[in-house]
Amino acid sequence: MGDNNGLKQTMGNVVGSQKFIAVLALVAIYIFFAISSESFRSTDTLVSIFDASYYIGFLAIGVTFVIITGGIDLSIGTVMMCSAIIGGVLFQMGMPMWLTLIMIIAIGGTFGLLNGLLVARFKLPPFIATLGTMMIARGLGSIISNVQSVTFPLRGAEEGFYKSIFRLDNNFPIGIFVLILFAVLAAIVLNKTKVGRYIFSIGSNREATRLSGVDVNKWETIAYVISGLFAGIAGIAYAATYTTILPGEGAGFELDAIAGVVIGGTSLSGGIGSIFGTVIGVFIMSVLKVGLPYIDLQPHYQLFITGIVLIIAVYLDVRRRNKL
Amino acid sequence: MDNNTILEMKDIDKSFGVVKALEKVKFELAQGEVHALMGENGAGKSTLVKVLTGIHEKDSGRIIYDGNEVEFKKPKESQDAGISVVHQELNMMNHLTVAQNIFIGRESLKAKFFTDDHEINEKTIELFKMFNMDVNPKEKVGNLTVGKQQMVEIIKAVSMDAKIVIFDEPTASLTEKEIDELFKIIENMKNKGIAIVYISHRMDEIFKITDRITIMRDGEYVGKVDTKETTKDELINMMVGRVVYEDPKQEPEVDENAEVVLSVKNLRSKDVEDVSFDLRKGEILGFSGLMGAGRTEVARLIFGADPKDSGEIYINGKKASIMKPQDAVNYGIGYLSEDRKQFGIITGMNVSDNVVQPSLNKYIKNMIIDDKRIEEVSEKYIADLKIKTDSTRQLLRNLSGGNQQKVVIAKWLEHNSDILIFDEPTRGIDVGAKSEIYSLMNELVKEGKSIIMISSELTEILRMSDRIIVMCEGRKVKELSIEEATQEKILHYATARKEGDIVG
Repeated sequence: MGDNNGLKQTMGNVVGSQKFIAVLALVAIYIFFAISSESFRSTDTLVSIFDASYYIGFLAIGVTFVIITGGIDLSIGTVMMCSAIIGGVLFQMGMPMWLTLIMIIAIGGTFGLLNGLLVARFKLPPFIATLGTMMIARGLGSIISNVQSVTFPLRGAEEGFYKSIFRLDNNFPIGIFVLILFAVLAAIVLNKTKVGRYIFSIGSNREATRLSGVDVNKWETIAYVISGLFAGIAGIAYAATYTTILPGEGAGFELDAIAGVVIGGTSLSGGIGSIFGTVIGVFIMSVLKVGLPYIDLQPHYQLFITGIVLIIAVYLDVRRRNKL
Repeated sequence: MDNNTILEMKDIDKSFGVVKALEKVKFELAQGEVHALMGENGAGKSTLVKVLTGIHEKDSGRIIYDGNEVEFKKPKESQDAGISVVHQELNMMNHLTVAQNIFIGRESLKAKFFTDDHEINEKTIELFKMFNMDVNPKEKVGNLTVGKQQMVEIIKAVSMDAKIVIFDEPTASLTEKEIDELFKIIENMKNKGIAIVYISHRMDEIFKITDRITIMRDGEYVGKVDTKETTKDELINMMVGRVVYEDPKQEPEVDENAEVVLSVKNLRSKDVEDVSFDLRKGEILGFSGLMGAGRTEVARLIFGADPKDSGEIYINGKKASIMKPQDAVNYGIGYLSEDRKQFGIITGMNVSDNVVQPSLNKYIKNMIIDDKRIEEVSEKYIADLKIKTDSTRQLLRNLSGGNQQKVVIAKWLEHNSDILIFDEPTRGIDVGAKSEIYSLMNELVKEGKSIIMISSELTEILRMSDRIIVMCEGRKVKELSIEEATQEKILHYATARKEGDIVG
């Protein structure tokens, strides 16, 4: 009886939540494209959708932590590129691939630590602090690569194994499982560990959390470090998917990632959010990006339509919250 | 009576989802009267006000204002019609000046475009003069004390040519002196024919200034009485259906030779001047004084919430280094803030998460939080402290003030804090829950905890404390034993200005 009620309540929460609306939207959009275009219904298309989701997905998972603290991380896009470029340069200088991959993640984490210290310790507004590191990362990538593009090894070449992290030699998109694995790990950290609990708490009420004896500076910094580490992982995904990295790129990806997070129901004012929602949000954007050309709309329509989706998502969220 | 009735609300119903907030509520207000609206928290007073002023739409019922049936859709409409509200929570723009705050939305304009601060400054001075008060209209509101900010809010309401002014717990953050000022203002308004709705929990105030009282309970109308013909006990009975006594403590209940658990020596900061005192095991040490006397500041210094300039803190005889709240918590100090919503609880999180906030480490196994055990422990506190909530998963924002306070108490008990600082423990808490908090505090000291209680209510100080420290302007002015303490004595020392002679 009690369980039944509990279940009903949970169902009620799920149905009422933006996460659920986001899942519905994702399915609806997918079905719409599938009906409109026969060629959309191919595995190749599905693989393209996955490919487009990896790096934005990692960025979005990472930045979800920061957004739940009530902050923002604008640097993730260029940090991702900067880590990948530096990694590429190191590789060309003779560093083994496995170490290169670790370095890419470490560089991302270092930028995250910098952001965290600036925000938590030196009390810079997150928007400004990460805007600064966004520019620094972009500049640093160009400086270190000497404004040259770097190319990672091709599939089948020596040390080309990293490509198989996201797509097997028989073209199987294993990357989707890697993304899901990291999403599950992130969700466990967010919901089942101290880091996550305090990140939610800080986002809900930083001062009350501090007055409970919680080292808020430390946990807030960790949120930015997580965001940076995921930017590094995204850098690997980007390199694996696109092989060649151009210097000075990456700006704008953070906004795609943040849009995905918000579409997935995480509140920009902090305290509310989920990794599951973020992943769904990212897929909504990827499906739009890949699907629109199939109905004869050029890719630049994606921006236009994503903007509309974003506004509708946030509007629904605001309306739901005001009802409470 | 009928002729000068300015407002009549009949059979007002209002539901939020399945929750009935108001059911067949009636309320009547005459010109030039002060009409109290009483009831425990959650009785529906605020909802009724919100229905009247157009914040909430009523489900059914009629509102007749100034002879016509009205239905305000927005607060602006009711305001324009002459109904002003002085809110319990201040709605001030801290970075704007006093005058800019008062005339927000009604600025004087030069050439219909440029704001004219000179004119509103003059008008502000005049308004304050009407009530014999001085103010610098150019002062930023954020720099004023809470009490002064409240005055600004009141003056703003008055300045709108209101026919009805609703005061929602206006004295919660005022000093005795400011309360007297407020009562003069209310008297003044009354004489001008303004009708006043006065929402308060404080009996002494209700009896001092109101003419009639409407009592609500659980969203329903209970009754209406003439203030002159009722008694405190009758009112409380109508509100809660039980009698609560507020008798002062006669003698300290703690041994004079009990060990000192906390010793504060020469504490100084920008708001605190050289404060020293001892707290004994099992003692309730009351901190009395006017608003801004530095009591909360002392508490925050001890707790490490603000940086201190100098001074030493000894816990159980050993010098303690407290640089941040985390340190204080590790030393077993718990702080229950005067402003629960901002500093005490996480309203967006559930009961269990709030309860285990400082002691989360106990519930982690292999890095994973053991939510099941956390819920079991929370269940125990819900039962022990009689916290009214439907489950451990309920968000704190959905609990009443008294129950939120109990969650904060549970939080520090769970962390085994031995020294508890209660800063205004019953502010905004209804009568019934108040006495529950009191008996809880008494149980805690019996178990060997020690309590510092900051309170602006003298009755509370006299009822609970074993010993009383009176502060004024950041200094400790006097220490009184409970036997010698009286309301008059405390007030005498609380108003002892620096230059004045302090009779020891």
